[in-house]
Amino acid sequence: MTYLSKSPWILHYDATSCNGCDIEVLASLTPMYDVERFGIINTGNPKHADIFVITGSVNEQNREVVRNLYEQMPNPKVVVAVGICACSGGVFRECYNVAGGIDKIIPVDVYVPGCAARPESIIDGIVTALGILETKLNAPQSGRKEQQPVELQQGGGAQ
Amino acid sequence: MISIVGFVAFILVAPVIGGLIAGIDRKITAHMQGRVGPPVLQPFYDVGKLFEKEKTVANDTQRFYVISYFIFMIFTGALFFAGGDILLVIFALTLAQIFLVLGAYSANSPYSHIGAERELIQIMAYEPMVIIAAVGMYVVTKSFNVSTIASYPQPLVLFLPAIFLGFIYILTIKLRKSPFDISTSHHAHQEIVKGVTTEFSGPSLGLIEVTHWYETVFLLGFVYLFFAFSPLLGFIAVAIVYLLELLIDNASARVKWQLVMKSSWVIAALAGVVNLAVLYYLGVG
Repeated sequence: MTYLSKSPWILHYDATSCNGCDIEVLASLTPMYDVERFGIINTGNPKHADIFVITGSVNEQNREVVRNLYEQMPNPKVVVAVGICACSGGVFRECYNVAGGIDKIIPVDVYVPGCAARPESIIDGIVTALGILETKLNAPQSGRKEQQPVELQQGGGAQ
Repeated sequence: MISIVGFVAFILVAPVIGGLIAGIDRKITAHMQGRVGPPVLQPFYDVGKLFEKEKTVANDTQRFYVISYFIFMIFTGALFFAGGDILLVIFALTLAQIFLVLGAYSANSPYSHIGAERELIQIMAYEPMVIIAAVGMYVVTKSFNVSTIASYPQPLVLFLPAIFLGFIYILTIKLRKSPFDISTSHHAHQEIVKGVTTEFSGPSLGLIEVTHWYETVFLLGFVYLFFAFSPLLGFIAVAIVYLLELLIDNASARVKWQLVMKSSWVIAALAGVVNLAVLYYLGVG
């Protein structure tokens, strides 16, 4: 167990979300769920963050923004796609302005489905991301292709 | 006169104590907000994590400024606990803080620059009160040396009650607590008040955290000086003052920088000057 998995700081970005998943991400920070007990802090700064949490599909306006935020984060870092829109584009995937899921732009490590994703499954996804973060720290040179992304089932629990 | 033991002890022990204080701080804050909160050792995990991260700096001078901030803050506290000249301690504190401002200015980011400007405003706001506190201690004990002040047999706080309250007021600024956490805050990570640390990441951010632990221990040492005649009473006073700061932090909203500036100077002028004048007329000075 490294320090990395005990102190995950999150950058939350709303791509083309309807705000449903955003509200659930913020709900995880409330006293009800209190993710700070795992040392999780919601930073607003990519340079401080370890975990990139994205809600909503990527559209043509923000694909550069998503890539820029990802590149500003220091290694090791993981990406968690929260909600079905972030995973695949969801019901908006056929829209003319939607590029699709987050994995069209940057490599995604954990997929958290749901519309909207429940706070429990978001926390589960982030805890899963911690394990991936740790393997990345131990093998920093290994390519991203070798790392198999994790898909969570609806209601939590890694496959 | 300068105690090497105090000097070395501060360098070795202060980060441990400072980190624990930060952890207890987060735990108490969480309980005040009806949360469970992180483990008490969380600040150590955070700093350990930051040192595991990739070294990315905006430019080379930034690294120099951060290291200078770290070294001069250690010098400030170590000289204080070694019993050195309190004026030199205060000047070293200012110099350390200025290095942080320069580090924030060295990156070409508007958020960082706003943070640096607000940090400068904070320095201007608290500086008069700190100097007046040192002068007040000199008037009573006839010495600027921390060792002489600490061994003064009578309670300094009885001679300097208004100056003590004024110092508590600016302590909120120095500990980066609401309502005066205008340049960087322990909360509100998404807001503009995260300013001064925006462009620091990984190990340099970790170094800033450790420097803040050193600073916290030094500041609480300064509070202790008012009660130095009785060590037990001193520790109790330091604990009460810190809990009071936590309560204020959680019970108040952040104010604008204008109010920070004006109120600090008004408090410094009233508390400081009135206290010094009374001492003069009583024939203490």
